[in-house]
Amino acid sequence: MGMDSLIGGTIWDEYSQKVTDLMNNPKNMGEITEEQAEAMGAKLIVADFGAESCGDAVRLYWAVDPKTDRILESKFKSFGCGTAIASSDTMAELCKGKTVDEAVKITNIDVEKAMRDTPDTPAVPPQKMHCSVMAYDVIKKAAAQYKGVDMESFEEEVIVCECARVSLSTLREVIRLNDLTTVEEITDYTKAGAFCKSCIRPGGHEEKDIYLVDLLEEYEKEKMAAAATLGNEGSGAGSFKEMTIVQKIKAVDKAVDENIRQMLIMDGGDMEILDIKENGENIDIYIRYLGACNGCASSSTGTLFAIENILKEKLDPNIRVLPI
Amino acid sequence: MKHSYESTALAEGEPIMKVYLDNNATTIVDPHVFAEMEPYFVQRYGNPNSLHLFASETHPALKDAMEKIYAGIHASKEDSVVITSCATESNNWVLKSIYFEQILTGKKNHIIISEVEHPSVIATAKFIESMGCKVTYLPINHEGIVDAQSVRDTITDKTALVSVMWANNETGAIFPVQEIGEICAEHNVPFHTDAVQAIGKLPVDVQSFNVDYLTFSAHKFHGPKGVGALYIKKDKELIPLLHGGSQMSGYRSGTLNVPGIVGMGKAMEQAVDALDYEMEDIREMRDAFEDELLKIEDTFVVTPREKRTPNTILISFRGIEGESMLWDLNRSGIGASTGSACASEDLEANSVMEAIGAAEDLAHTAIRFSLSRYTTQEELDYTLDVVKKAVERLRGISSTYSYAPEGHESGLDAHHH
Repeated sequence: MGMDSLIGGTIWDEYSQKVTDLMNNPKNMGEITEEQAEAMGAKLIVADFGAESCGDAVRLYWAVDPKTDRILESKFKSFGCGTAIASSDTMAELCKGKTVDEAVKITNIDVEKAMRDTPDTPAVPPQKMHCSVMAYDVIKKAAAQYKGVDMESFEEEVIVCECARVSLSTLREVIRLNDLTTVEEITDYTKAGAFCKSCIRPGGHEEKDIYLVDLLEEYEKEKMAAAATLGNEGSGAGSFKEMTIVQKIKAVDKAVDENIRQMLIMDGGDMEILDIKENGENIDIYIRYLGACNGCASSSTGTLFAIENILKEKLDPNIRVLPI
Repeated sequence: MKHSYESTALAEGEPIMKVYLDNNATTIVDPHVFAEMEPYFVQRYGNPNSLHLFASETHPALKDAMEKIYAGIHASKEDSVVITSCATESNNWVLKSIYFEQILTGKKNHIIISEVEHPSVIATAKFIESMGCKVTYLPINHEGIVDAQSVRDTITDKTALVSVMWANNETGAIFPVQEIGEICAEHNVPFHTDAVQAIGKLPVDVQSFNVDYLTFSAHKFHGPKGVGALYIKKDKELIPLLHGGSQMSGYRSGTLNVPGIVGMGKAMEQAVDALDYEMEDIREMRDAFEDELLKIEDTFVVTPREKRTPNTILISFRGIEGESMLWDLNRSGIGASTGSACASEDLEANSVMEAIGAAEDLAHTAIRFSLSRYTTQEELDYTLDVVKKAVERLRGISSTYSYAPEGHESGLDAHHH
């Protein structure tokens, strides 16, 4: 937040001159045909990545010398925005003269850095970083094709944030070491989530297997399980559903204390937990409103939903809260 | 109604025309409108609610402006047309007040909107949904239009509000507000319509339609920015969103935006005067321009033109991502719009393109041209020329139209996400 974030500028103003120039006149835009590759004594590789339905796609052409594995010529065609086109162009440029093994090491961050006008100023605005990821992925695809191996074999780690290239193992470690509880903290520590933001939670530009919020939840559950184990020695309590009734009531009470009760007391009310029953899939928590909550219209709508949501989030998604 | 732009040299110093074809986003303030507003900044700046001559000298112009605004939508004197700061405020006001009054109190539990409403309706609906209100999002059909029958199918005795726009900002598609209004009346459910894209482009008559609340905004019809309005039918209550000094009879507190209201009044009068020109001449220009655009191979227009506002075209150029097209248009001094991925902060595909179920590969290729009464034939000719060149250049770069050796299995249609 702050002044600069209040009135949006044009994203194009944040493009480096290099990005602008490449969008206007891409240098390596074009194709390599079978005949042209043959004339160079090279093997033609044509690799595709992305899809128009996702907003960007690229086709990479390599002429590779089979004796030296060296990329003699590299061209691209791309469907996408200015950043996608400039990144594809830069990627094709960086591939030239490298061996296939060297080319695989090029990352989207190398591509972005190569498009900077000055070393310290990003070439594209944060939300455009993901457009350079495609350029990185297509190299792996081309290399896999050349070597006849699976593309995944080039990826040693699971990458959660592709823009900043932060791996799952790094994130897990950093969250635990520093006891991180918010996405903002993760971003401060690792830069993950700072760019296109798709890795933060479902619903962004790209669908992921795992999101930053999942990692936070995973850690939160771990902590809760650890706390429950400590509080109930030897019970080995894990998930809410597996707790004994006493543990359940304690856990609910704790969640209410930490998240809900204060809000109710401020309005002159309160609540108590009457019973917890398993009802098929659902876990029904019966509560009674006290003080001002009793009879308040919102106690059967807004407030109730808020209580239910908090308990669902903190304890178990199958919880239903029933006021009596 | 001709208008010439000052030519400003853009990058590379090319001597280019500047062409504004983004009139669904905002419009130029009509010079007559500006002239009417001007005295209310430096000369007659009084607060209309004060008790002295400085206040009084604003009253005749305000009264005159309100009369023009009422006349423009054919509101009766018993109705209230409350001036707000923008259409977003008007839309927020209706939904949130219904929430406070009907949902929070437990009287009702449900509202109905369409899935292609303006963000000020969708985001507000999502907000009240998070507070426990049920929300039905009506789909649009392959023509980009909401089916009135879908309102009939989803309305219940617990429905507190139906809110469906008069015309869509992206496609210009005109929605069946008359029928929806009748269905709402049958069920005694209040009906709100966001008519931002309708004023000045279509006849808007609140008395012949069954509308309880209607939103509009001055800057979409050559008035100033920062002035919106909400029409409220007589006997329809709406609790205020902005509490304070009881201006606008307590509906909407805040010192009256005197020049803004004066400007909206004049703009409304002009819009009414120019409506025939808009519906005939602009439509004709738009249609001819569209015919020429469609001569370019692999182009697709959403919503049949007779079911659209007269000024709007949403067109897909296969193989060209929307922002790239805007880039090339912009370099030649042309302003248009795309709701697609990269150009917007949220990186989503054009919501309307997704909703009408357009071929997936077209979701990111839509460009919206929206004309106004200031658009000239010369500008459209120039734009057509630029579009043709841009299509040629960008399809030259595009992977969609690229070479692949025989036997190459394209990996471009698979999702990579």
